[in-house]
Amino acid sequence: MAQTQVEKKMSTKKSNQVLHKKNKTRPQEKSLPLPKELLRSIYSLMLKTRILEERLIKIYKAGEAFFWIGGPGEEAWGVPLGLLCHKGQGPEYDFFHLHYRATPTLVAMGMPMIDAVRLMMNRSTDPCTGGRNFSGHYCYPQWNITPITSPIGIQYSLSIGTARVQKRHNSKGITIVSGGDAGTAEGDFATCLIWASRPKQELPILITVQNNRWGISTSYSTQHGEIHIADRGKAFNIPTHVINGNDPIETYIKLKEIMTYIREKGRPVLVEAMVSRLYGHSSASGTNFIPEEDSLQLFEQKLLKQGVLKEMEITEWKEKFELEGRQAQEQVRQEPAPQESDVWNHIYANNENGDWRNF
Amino acid sequence: MANMAQAIRMALHYGETHLGVKDIFGEDVGEPMGGVFTATQGLKTSWNTPLDERGIIGMAIGIGLAGERCVAEIQFCDYIFNTIDLLKVAGNTLWSSNGQYPLSIVVMTPVGAGIHGSLYHSHSLDGWATRLPGWKVVMPSTPLDAYGLMLSAIEDPNPVLFLKSKALMRVRGAELIPGEPSDEKKLKSMIDAPIGDRSQWKPQWPQLEKFMIPIGQGKVLCEGNQITVVTYGRHALLAHKVAEDLLKNNRLSIEVIDLRSLYPYDWALIKKSIQKTGRVLFLNEDTEVTNFGEHLAYRATQELFYELLARPRVLAGKQLPGIGLHPNLEEASVPSAKDIQKILLEIAEEVP
Ligand SMILES: Cc1ncc(C[n+]2csc(CCOP(=O)(O)OP(=O)(O)O)c2C)c(N)n1
Ligand SMILES: [Mg+2]
Repeated sequence: MAQTQVEKKMSTKKSNQVLHKKNKTRPQEKSLPLPKELLRSIYSLMLKTRILEERLIKIYKAGEAFFWIGGPGEEAWGVPLGLLCHKGQGPEYDFFHLHYRATPTLVAMGMPMIDAVRLMMNRSTDPCTGGRNFSGHYCYPQWNITPITSPIGIQYSLSIGTARVQKRHNSKGITIVSGGDAGTAEGDFATCLIWASRPKQELPILITVQNNRWGISTSYSTQHGEIHIADRGKAFNIPTHVINGNDPIETYIKLKEIMTYIREKGRPVLVEAMVSRLYGHSSASGTNFIPEEDSLQLFEQKLLKQGVLKEMEITEWKEKFELEGRQAQEQVRQEPAPQESDVWNHIYANNENGDWRNF
Repeated sequence: MANMAQAIRMALHYGETHLGVKDIFGEDVGEPMGGVFTATQGLKTSWNTPLDERGIIGMAIGIGLAGERCVAEIQFCDYIFNTIDLLKVAGNTLWSSNGQYPLSIVVMTPVGAGIHGSLYHSHSLDGWATRLPGWKVVMPSTPLDAYGLMLSAIEDPNPVLFLKSKALMRVRGAELIPGEPSDEKKLKSMIDAPIGDRSQWKPQWPQLEKFMIPIGQGKVLCEGNQITVVTYGRHALLAHKVAEDLLKNNRLSIEVIDLRSLYPYDWALIKKSIQKTGRVLFLNEDTEVTNFGEHLAYRATQELFYELLARPRVLAGKQLPGIGLHPNLEEASVPSAKDIQKILLEIAEEVP
């Protein structure tokens, strides 16, 4: 399989070469499933995401924000996705229709922590929504991150449009849509399967479901008769995969293969990733740590055992990310709030008047 | 003269050849039918979708997010209701993204009663449509207006709902579309698909010209100085006819305004007319409770209270769960010429 942009960057990195020289004779390295620097990078991005989300939860608990929702427990899934995408603006690059647990993907793509804090604290500096929307509802046109919205499932219906444009452009860009398990009961999920698999009109969409087995308080087992959600793709001749979304190595390897397939064939694939939900649904359900399988812990142990990481480094990285989060919060506190008159901004393009009193 | 279906078809042809429209789609919109009202026959970018309204609106929003232009159709507005949250999303995308994601998309859909359509081919959408901030809403009453408004809708950087009165699809106007051949039969032979096998058929498009009607601009259908009627769609034609009769038979001078754009709406035109007449009727066929006309009547009351000579009236469809098929039922449900005449005479007689 061809190297991804990230892997190429990693293998030519100076530090990497130095490291390799130093530890020339380490036996495990040969048996590592992915380049060592890539593993370290995935880990550090997962860690950064977790620390960021925990910072956001602290902000909520301190009463400095109204609501928190996010992606702790989906790092092993979301970080590889962010690393593997073709990042840019327009149909030549990948389009994203994500849901509100996408922080790992955004962090992996390069979103600075402070942006998530600005969104969390509804500042006018919030680049995604200008203080209008909840945490986790990202929007970055420069990376084709289309607005994350609240109505569950609708992103599946929107994704077919960007994919159609990519198809028309004969582009290597693909459309990536993700959502939760409970939301697949919405008709939009069926819409996506049907429109993505029209004969001779197949669309280049990576259709993903992050199955954490919960929709707020309703258990998956009480509402779903299908064995795997992914099985629904089979009726449409869509290739399907169920993967362990708590394993970043499995996720990275499988996603890389699948995304290459979609780019080359221009056809959809449905992936169901089994993930955890580590702080409950949202701040509405208390935001306390729930002892489910924790991909960050598991990955950390693995990398320590294989000598890919040292305890010392972990401590250093943690401190670095903690500091970044704390400083972000302090800075954002000082940043301006949206003004009352801002409600009338951007109802129509070019800030054309949206207030009927002025018609 | 083109009928409204032909006018829309020609506008869409202009859109796909000159204004960057890449997709015109909906149920039965592509070959062989070209739309249930034939408004999309012969277009090179038209295609048939699955029978899935949410998918149609989702597709349109997605195309808009990718920065391209499209015109989507919901076959009858009676079937648009399961997409209402997607319409809301389309309307709030620019706002919620803090100005970052404009959606230059058009959704067109046939509206209203008047074709013996019974419960599910008679709905109106204007009331609902004007409750979708972020959308512009247009509703032409003549083929030329349909042509000019469609071109403006396509070029507009915002989502635009293009409401087409079902009952007007075969109605012809008094004005030629720029580039349209003056012979009706000739136009038909050029752009109407033949009955039967169409697989070999290709339209011959006239050399159409760009003609835009700015969104937000109403039009005075007939001048008058005693009562203002503010309306749109098929009721604009109906009101015009009633006004002519009342002038002839009762010497009542009525000014009829065809709003053409519901949002944004031409308040300057309405205001000027009411200031002249002091009496106003807001007329449409959507259900009467929480009706768009009520908003306009409220505004007229607030801003022009001391200039009014009579209570502003709203004449609209009755607050019924549907339109019944039998003509007695249908006529009792939406404003008829008789109803319009009656209320205008009442307004005229009101003494302040
Ligand atoms: C259309 C709609 N219905 C209900 C809600 C309220 N709601 C928010 S999240 C949620 C559960 C979603 O569960 P799932 O799709 O599994 O995603 P998860 O939160 O588990 O990641 C519900 C019911 C909503 N936002 N949108
Ligand atoms: Mg879930």
